[in-house]
Amino acid sequence: MIDRPLPLVPIYPGSPPLDSRSRYLRRLVLRAMEGGERGHIGSSLSLIEILRVLFDDILRIRADEPNWDGRDRCILSKGHGCLALYALLADKGFFPVAELDTFCHFGSFLGGHPERGKIPGVEASTGALGHGLSIGVGQALAAKLKKSDSRSFVVMGDGEINEGSVWEATMTAAKHRLDNLTAIIDYNKLQSYGPTRQVLDMEPLADKWRAFGFTVLEVDGHDVAALQTTFKTISEPGKPTAVICHTIKGKGVLPAENNPEWHHKSRIAPEQFAEFYKALEEN
Amino acid sequence: MRKSCLNSVFELAKQDNRVLFLGSDLGAGTLNDFRERYPDRFFMEGVAEQNLIGMAAGLAMEGFIPYVNTIASFLTRRCLEQITIDLCLHNLPVRLIGNGGGLVYAPLGPTHFALDDFALLRALPNMAVVAPSDAVQMRAFMKKTLEWPGPLYIRLAKGGDPVVFSEGFPLEIGKAISLREGRHAVFITTGIMAHRALSAAEILTKKGLDCAVLHFHTVKPLDDARVLSAASEFPLVVTLEEHSRIGGLGSAVLELLADRGSHPGPRILRLAFPDAFVKNYGSQDAILEAAGLQPESIANSVMNSLLGA
Repeated sequence: MIDRPLPLVPIYPGSPPLDSRSRYLRRLVLRAMEGGERGHIGSSLSLIEILRVLFDDILRIRADEPNWDGRDRCILSKGHGCLALYALLADKGFFPVAELDTFCHFGSFLGGHPERGKIPGVEASTGALGHGLSIGVGQALAAKLKKSDSRSFVVMGDGEINEGSVWEATMTAAKHRLDNLTAIIDYNKLQSYGPTRQVLDMEPLADKWRAFGFTVLEVDGHDVAALQTTFKTISEPGKPTAVICHTIKGKGVLPAENNPEWHHKSRIAPEQFAEFYKALEEN
Repeated sequence: MRKSCLNSVFELAKQDNRVLFLGSDLGAGTLNDFRERYPDRFFMEGVAEQNLIGMAAGLAMEGFIPYVNTIASFLTRRCLEQITIDLCLHNLPVRLIGNGGGLVYAPLGPTHFALDDFALLRALPNMAVVAPSDAVQMRAFMKKTLEWPGPLYIRLAKGGDPVVFSEGFPLEIGKAISLREGRHAVFITTGIMAHRALSAAEILTKKGLDCAVLHFHTVKPLDDARVLSAASEFPLVVTLEEHSRIGGLGSAVLELLADRGSHPGPRILRLAFPDAFVKNYGSQDAILEAAGLQPESIANSVMNSLLGA
């Protein structure tokens, strides 16, 4: 490991406190984790506000008609963050909230990574990293061919973008001038083993995406209002967009925050769950 | 064969506007007529196979039928995970056209050989694997690709290969074709080896041995019924393929006979490449000869097996 200071403090330190919806969605994540007795908790909790704003304010989708042709496509390319996606899909009525209790059970449709065709609202089976953006490129290109105004959103992790395939996809998105494609990076700055700065430093990250032909926006990934504004203002004609969301891994569950040991967790004691729920209760 | 295959894609594109062509930095001029007529449905992408497959998956999810073409070794090995997850797990109608199946690129060495493509792709659920024998069969086969429901891998031979089939010969994906009747042994073969099997059978006739030839243009799904009936009719089954002896047509036949064949079954002779990298260059024919896979050597192996030598 290279000996470098740990830049774990997010660039935007002033995130507003979690509001009641953000706390509720986190409780849903915990509920699924309790049911499955495991889960990528850290990787899911950094995603909550990103997915919340997409599902609440941005995506044109129909929970009662998940395959509606005119919908926007949203791929969670970092499939290990699926607890956050499941919480949102359940909350939006794509499937009953009680299904969260079956997470990772033998007969459940909610696996440790999301699968298209099994879970209503899941656009692509992910879990192997570095696949989602290419699929999103294909979907965005298809929308152009069909003269549809559907947009494609692909949410990736900061460890995931180590994969070379991601950068193959960025070049292709720029070549085809896919202004209907938005890449979203959950930049929590911790990958499985440790800080991204130590495992594989992707900085200067914004410059990289810019150099690969994207319009780049940066935002506090836990600031709901800022995310709403950012996602609504994107799209420069002829260019795909990248939104780098500065987040905190494990956000909202203190022992998990900025702690690589909480990338994936199993066997969490009931007392500890109780503590987490208490911290995330309604005020 | 390659030209027939790509021209067939153009013909299919004229019939059906779901058909797209995606290439990975192919030779100059490839399918120029397609590009000029349907510029929106022709994509010549960079040297980035992983992205190419994912992109094809995204297009197929939206109702298109992408025909993806590049060199077989890169199309199968480089992006195997994308093929597995993006195409097979999603069960999407993407057609992979692999240039230079087997040893077509003999002078170019092991990076360009595709002697493991059947093995790699046969192991993937939902994937179909085909290797037509010549240009005539390729044209007939390509017409059947439009409505095939899942992913499909098409192994191309060199071009100018001897033509075994006549125009109008009926063809169905997944159904073997009898090329020759016989009684002493039966060849189960695929791709360009059909021609070698027929030549070997001719040589054996002169030695008083009468061999049948069955052509399995579809390696997966295997025509189980045809394999099982051949195994019950002949004392010797000879599998013949331009592929590693691990995981190809011979393996598929053995797996089926082990699972469902009667015991004791026929004797089986597997003619294929050994589990080793090919060390020579030269021509496809020369490398096949060195591996004992040209007609004379094939005939000798069969004779030795039949006579117990």
